[in-house]
Amino acid sequence: MKFEKKDILGIKDLTVDEINLILETAESFLEISTRKIKKVPTLRGKTIINLFYEASTRTRTSFEIAAKRLSADTINISSSTSSVVKGETLIDTARNLEAMNPDIIVIRHSAAGAPHLLARLIKQSIINAGDGAHEHPTQALLDMMTIKEKKGKISGLKVAIIGDIEHSRVARSNIYGLSKMGAQIVLAGPATMLPRNIEQMGVDVFTNLKDAIIDADVVMMLRIQLERQKQSIFPSLREYSQHYCLNRNNIKLAKKDVIVMHPGPINRGVEISPDIADDPSCSVILDQVNKGVAVRMALLYLLTGGGE
Amino acid sequence: MKILLTGARIIDPVQNMDANMDILLENGKIAKIGVDISKSAKSKDSEKIKIIELAGMIVVPGLIDMHTHLREPGLEYKETIASGTAAAVAGGFTSIACMPNTSPINDNRSITEFIRRKAVEAALANVYPIGAISNGSAGSQLTEFWDMKEAGIIAISDDGKPVMDAALMRRAMEYAYSLRLPVISHCEDTNLSGNGLINEGYYSTILGLRGIPGIAEEAMIAREILIAEFTNTCVHIAHVSTAGSVRLIRDAKKRGLKVTAETAPHYFTLTDEALQSYDTNFKVNPPLRSEEDVEAIKEGLSDGTLDVIACDHAPHGRTDKEVEFEYAANGISGLETSLALSISLVQNKVLGWSELISKMSTNPARILNLPKGTLEAGAEADITVIDPQLKWIVDVQVFRSRGKNSPFHGRPLQGKAILTIVGGEIKYDGR
Repeated sequence: MKFEKKDILGIKDLTVDEINLILETAESFLEISTRKIKKVPTLRGKTIINLFYEASTRTRTSFEIAAKRLSADTINISSSTSSVVKGETLIDTARNLEAMNPDIIVIRHSAAGAPHLLARLIKQSIINAGDGAHEHPTQALLDMMTIKEKKGKISGLKVAIIGDIEHSRVARSNIYGLSKMGAQIVLAGPATMLPRNIEQMGVDVFTNLKDAIIDADVVMMLRIQLERQKQSIFPSLREYSQHYCLNRNNIKLAKKDVIVMHPGPINRGVEISPDIADDPSCSVILDQVNKGVAVRMALLYLLTGGGE
Repeated sequence: MKILLTGARIIDPVQNMDANMDILLENGKIAKIGVDISKSAKSKDSEKIKIIELAGMIVVPGLIDMHTHLREPGLEYKETIASGTAAAVAGGFTSIACMPNTSPINDNRSITEFIRRKAVEAALANVYPIGAISNGSAGSQLTEFWDMKEAGIIAISDDGKPVMDAALMRRAMEYAYSLRLPVISHCEDTNLSGNGLINEGYYSTILGLRGIPGIAEEAMIAREILIAEFTNTCVHIAHVSTAGSVRLIRDAKKRGLKVTAETAPHYFTLTDEALQSYDTNFKVNPPLRSEEDVEAIKEGLSDGTLDVIACDHAPHGRTDKEVEFEYAANGISGLETSLALSISLVQNKVLGWSELISKMSTNPARILNLPKGTLEAGAEADITVIDPQLKWIVDVQVFRSRGKNSPFHGRPLQGKAILTIVGGEIKYDGR
């Protein structure tokens, strides 16, 4: 199967076949990162620009490593070093980059829809590395890859996503992806963190962590952003952690072989207790990071015509 | 100069008239209206009279858009009074009222006088400035209503900068009422709307765009109704967009309160589903709402709850719109599509022709106390001629407005103004 899409803007736009192709391609790339010489010449001569308008360590590094392991040239632009500070518009920045003929532009932006704006205007492939509260497709793909590896399947699993759904692009992309792949999805968080009409996405919604994680195969905890406290969506971290922190006690409600995921960076003791985060019998948080490189290698490969 | 319009269907809600008749214009006024004027006129002084044959056309009192933004002074790259009035007459509007959020804001006599002078120089549509309620529309100190009224404002509003202080709004409504100056309220509780971008609902959720809940509008409409009732004054509600708002206004009217209201064509034409493309031309405030809201707006128009269709003409430059969705300016350049979109209500049997003309001419004239909105003999010869059959496709490149920001670009529409006459002079001829 050939990958036909020009851009990866969101999981919403991907078919089940496309998701499977990406995951299978990623699996074949996993091994490269375990070699002594972690580099193959596949994308030699290709140029990939990481255009990051929002702070990121994990995702940006992951994209950079993915590109370098495939021998592509990578350039990182972050908003503090770019012409953004000089007041250049996103479109002008992108058109200038386009004129330098890169092959792929990876963009992260705090404004939802920013990658879509670029994709409409410029000819190169765009990969969305997170746009506002909209989508974070590569995160969902690496999450699906992790689940598939640990559970052998996605279909039929019960996945609980807990926390600030409203502001989470990870949640949205995973809801699209996991439901396409046949999982049952339940969400939980205080009502202030549950966006309106979210149940229309085909998920069950609870305001209580315990109700949501009963018999869950996968529990995905979302990061609580401290600055959200100012928006009155929760009174204090103290109270939040008392009711929505995954710990030794409440995790017993989930299946015995539950896996615990987190897109990172984690707030220890806020949404996840340190002993759960560090427990290798359930926590797959670092496996997720590991899969991230492979998934991004797969996307770079497929978008530059790999598999033709 | 005399003009005789002959052969058309003439609709005047004020005279309860809908018939094929002739209409004679003389010295900027409507001289005569009736059957067979043409015969007598032709026989007498045919050389001095311009006879316009209008078979199949509809002649109505000049359309009035009571909610526009002309951007001058200060934001001329978006629109000038000349380009805005050119757009108005091309869209069939003989009179427009313009909101005060220019730069500087129209909060004093000299800005009002400037706008009026520019409109006279442009010599296209009649321009009626709306003054700010508070100095700088900052919401703290009332402007000099009386002085501005003498300079030519016909209403007051802090459009776009809602008056959050209920006590200030109460005082504004009381003081304005004593001057017979209508108060137009942009109803938006800015604590509830926050930094929202689109209607709060399923689409804001899946698009990850911050929501503006319907109650941000409804809560303030409820407040204005309460103030109007308590102080026994009147208020006009701008750009109604939700089902809840329609319900509140309907109930207030039933109780006999002096509340009037308008909506804009996009609120009965588009829903928030259109936002899925992140196309900033669909970004407007209040935001496009749900299907249920659109149906309620149509019902409100049909049952008379909503008195007026006004397009909230909000022209912007490319730089304001060709940016990330959340940084893009709100607004639609509407003057040149408003009539055709509204005619679709007649095609879809939501309104009759006479009701439509009431909402686009007679009612705005009544609410703003303008001696307009009728074809009675002796009235100013402000006339719009509509070709109800003309099919056309919206093309922003041919807009007279500097604002090319229309979500209707490329849309096929039916019905168009083909002749716009202001004070007895032809200001637009699209035949």
